[in-house]
Amino acid sequence: MAKKPDLLPGTLDMLILRTLARGPLHGYGIALSIRRFSDDVLTVEEGSLYPALQRLLLAEWVKAEWKMTETNRRARFYTLTRLGRKQLGLEISQFEQMIAAIGRVLATSEEV
Amino acid sequence: MPRALFRRLALLLHRNRFRSEMDEEMAFHREQAEKDLRAEGLNEENARYAAARQFGNLSRLREQSEQIVAFRIETIFQDLHFAFRQLRRKPGFALAAILILALGFGISVTIFGFVDAALLHPIPYPHPDRLVALYEVTAQLPNSGISRLDYEDWKRRNTTLSSLDVWAYSSHLLRQGETSERVSTALASSGFFHTLGVQPILGRDFLPSEDLPGAANVVMLTYATWQKRFGGRADVIGQSVNLSDDSYTIIGVLPSDSIFAPRGNGEFWMPLRGDECEKFRECRDLLGVGRLRNGVTVTQAEADLKRVAAQLEAQYPGSNRGQSAGAQLLSESFIGDYRPILLTLLGGAGLLLLIACVNVASLLLVRSESRRREMAVRGALGATRLRLLRQFVTEGALLAVAGCAFGTAFASVAMPVLAKQVPTQMAGGMPFLHRVGFTAHTAFFASGIALLAFVLLSLMPALWLVGVNLRDGLSEGGNSAAGRLWRRMGANLVVVELMVAVTLLAGAGLLVKSFYRLLHVDPGFDTSHLATVMIQAPGSRYVNNQQTMVLFHEIEQRLSALPGVVSVGLTSDLPIQCNCNTDRIRIPGRPYNGEHNEIVRREVSPGYMATLRTRLLRGRMITEADDLPGPMAVVINESMARKYFPGEDPIGKKLGDLVLSPDSLREVVGVIADVHESGLDEDIWPAEYSSIHRVADTGFAVAVRTADEEKTILPEIVRTLHQIDPSLGVFHEMTMQEWIATKPTVVLHRASAWLIGGFAVMSLVLSIVGLYSVIAYAVSQRRREIGVRMALGATRRSVYVLVMKQSIVLAATGLVLGLVCVGVVSMLLRKLLAHVLFSVSARDTPTLIAVVLVLGVAAVIAGFLPARRAASVNPSEALRAD
Repeated sequence: MAKKPDLLPGTLDMLILRTLARGPLHGYGIALSIRRFSDDVLTVEEGSLYPALQRLLLAEWVKAEWKMTETNRRARFYTLTRLGRKQLGLEISQFEQMIAAIGRVLATSEEV
Repeated sequence: MPRALFRRLALLLHRNRFRSEMDEEMAFHREQAEKDLRAEGLNEENARYAAARQFGNLSRLREQSEQIVAFRIETIFQDLHFAFRQLRRKPGFALAAILILALGFGISVTIFGFVDAALLHPIPYPHPDRLVALYEVTAQLPNSGISRLDYEDWKRRNTTLSSLDVWAYSSHLLRQGETSERVSTALASSGFFHTLGVQPILGRDFLPSEDLPGAANVVMLTYATWQKRFGGRADVIGQSVNLSDDSYTIIGVLPSDSIFAPRGNGEFWMPLRGDECEKFRECRDLLGVGRLRNGVTVTQAEADLKRVAAQLEAQYPGSNRGQSAGAQLLSESFIGDYRPILLTLLGGAGLLLLIACVNVASLLLVRSESRRREMAVRGALGATRLRLLRQFVTEGALLAVAGCAFGTAFASVAMPVLAKQVPTQMAGGMPFLHRVGFTAHTAFFASGIALLAFVLLSLMPALWLVGVNLRDGLSEGGNSAAGRLWRRMGANLVVVELMVAVTLLAGAGLLVKSFYRLLHVDPGFDTSHLATVMIQAPGSRYVNNQQTMVLFHEIEQRLSALPGVVSVGLTSDLPIQCNCNTDRIRIPGRPYNGEHNEIVRREVSPGYMATLRTRLLRGRMITEADDLPGPMAVVINESMARKYFPGEDPIGKKLGDLVLSPDSLREVVGVIADVHESGLDEDIWPAEYSSIHRVADTGFAVAVRTADEEKTILPEIVRTLHQIDPSLGVFHEMTMQEWIATKPTVVLHRASAWLIGGFAVMSLVLSIVGLYSVIAYAVSQRRREIGVRMALGATRRSVYVLVMKQSIVLAATGLVLGLVCVGVVSMLLRKLLAHVLFSVSARDTPTLIAVVLVLGVAAVIAGFLPARRAASVNPSEALRAD
């Protein structure tokens, strides 16, 4: 099995926020969703997902409540807050700036 | 983020709910994953296994999540709790570590308490950096007194002092009905306390005119006297007190915290009296205290006074030839004598503290080595390296705090105990002893060294943890690079310990030798079985030398009649005191150019020299015949004969005063071997001894030679003296050996020899135990290797050599570095050591050889014990083990 690329450092929060922007989800749902939307390229380690969710909760970018799933199982659902939405916008724009910057560096011709 | 803080707080309070919610969430996650995997076609068992594997370490995950939300403090509590349990599990280790640290801390804090009290606030007066002590200076006397007339001129002509005052030692007889008590007093010019910046807490200061001849008799009480003799009553002001048969009116009480150290024992302060001595420029018994004008340095003031002194020298060549001036900070004159020894002690205590910390650090290293498996298991169970590191840091902090607490407790007991060791007489001159104790400074110092110890104690295992591969810890017999690393680190630490121990041992050796030399200075007389007592007789009753002669004879007779008394002698001053009461002489028939021929002058009774058992070298002693009026006879000491009559027979030679007045001429009739009139560490000056019966001095001392025990006869002597005349002030009754033992030089030498000696012994024990544990640990790690060697035919002898070699190499390294250290220290602290050591060079070879021998033997023993254990390894057992 070929090793999947790691997440870029610092992008996990953004990915979680972006995923939650589509609607409330439980932790497993978030992990699944990220994997699906990235066509199985990005895998979120559970070991980083739950600590990250705690971090987001603490920053009040998401809120959590216990609800029933479609299969009638109790699960903790995370919802994006207004603060979280603002944060998401901020992180996306920062990320895009960075990608653009990296792109410019990579695009320079080899003979310097 | 106050909201986040609240959330954290809430979580801390509902910790259990947080955990169960977390667990439920994870369980849900795993179930979902399992379900999905099953849907992909895995069977139930495989699916669960795969889900679990994917999920990873559950407890670690939980810990990480908790760490994010929880307070750090909570994990710190966990660490602390665990650290406590760890220390409790190995109480021997914990006890040893805390004890060693407490000892190191306690001693350092104790010594610092003294240093702080003495050196950091040396004098209790406002603007202490502007107060200077002033002296006249001659080639022979670096701080001679000032005469009253010179003082008046200095005061008028100087341009650098805002005020200048003088004081003098004195003593009086405090008359209480029939009996008298001799009290230490001091005389001062009227502005003296104003210059110091001291205001009486009761009553008033001296008035400007009160130090002029003819002024009324007034006196100020020191606080202690006010309490002791007058019950601290406010109505003492205006009362009168009888001092040496004069009535004095009490005008003020001095504050308790402004004791004037040089006269710390002084009970009464009175203005200068305008007596005979004050009329002559030659009579120099005043000591100066001045306040510098703003912006003036001590050096500038000294130069200014030297200028004035030079003017006086030109103006009064008869009295002031060769009289210059000197100034130093008053604080320096208060504590200058104590500084070198205090700094030496502080240095010694610091070295001991260093050894203690290094020793505990190496104990911790050994222990971390034995905790490899524990760390490995915790690591495998998900503890991050940081968390493990924090565990060590917590344990280091715990040890440092416990050591500091116990050490501080030790210091609080030790400080007063040590302060009490100072003889009362000497303690009077060290008012800073009252300030020894817990102050902000000592607390700051204690926390400072605790912090340093903490850094060292947590750094050592932390370094170990960084260097070690935890995974090795799980497999048995993980004796790899890590073991070697520790051995190197541990070994280096032991070398540091040995090095410091060598330095301390050398210091102790030098101080002990110096103390021994001091005690074995030949005083020129027999100090055993000699009881001494000082007497001050009322001047009103003993006016002329007829009256004193009667008193002296009666004392001699009555004391000689006491059982057990061999002989009795009287003297103006007891030996081993000071090169004071000097006289300037001139020898008739020799060219004289005004040079200072200063010699010590003593008046003695005919029986005195026999009582002291001084050795007569030539001629005869002072006899009864010399009591009679007529030409005066003197006995001189050997130093005098050598200096003034080299290559001649001094017997029959004459001495006279500076103008060779006929009255002053006396004939040398004998030469005795030098008697140490001054302190044991001071030079012997030329001295002359004449008959005490020819002067009417009311202050004198009695020496009594006894057949055996001299201590028990002292009360009998005092009783007899009071029977002769109850108005005699009798004081300082002690044996000659006590007299010597309580001399400040002797006390300081003894204190430093004992203390540094104690530090050195402790450091030797600690470093040798350290060496032993390094070697023993190395042997335990190399059991298998040794077993293999022996199985392959190595002899026990070669195993001994193998182990001993390691010990000797370490010890030798420590020794060599230590000797280098001693060399460097003795070079850097040359001046300081010159003060502390008496007639011993800082690089005294026999001492250094002794140190090398002691440490060498100890190191051999420290290596021998583990070597024997190594040699008794049973090869087959060693190979089977692990």
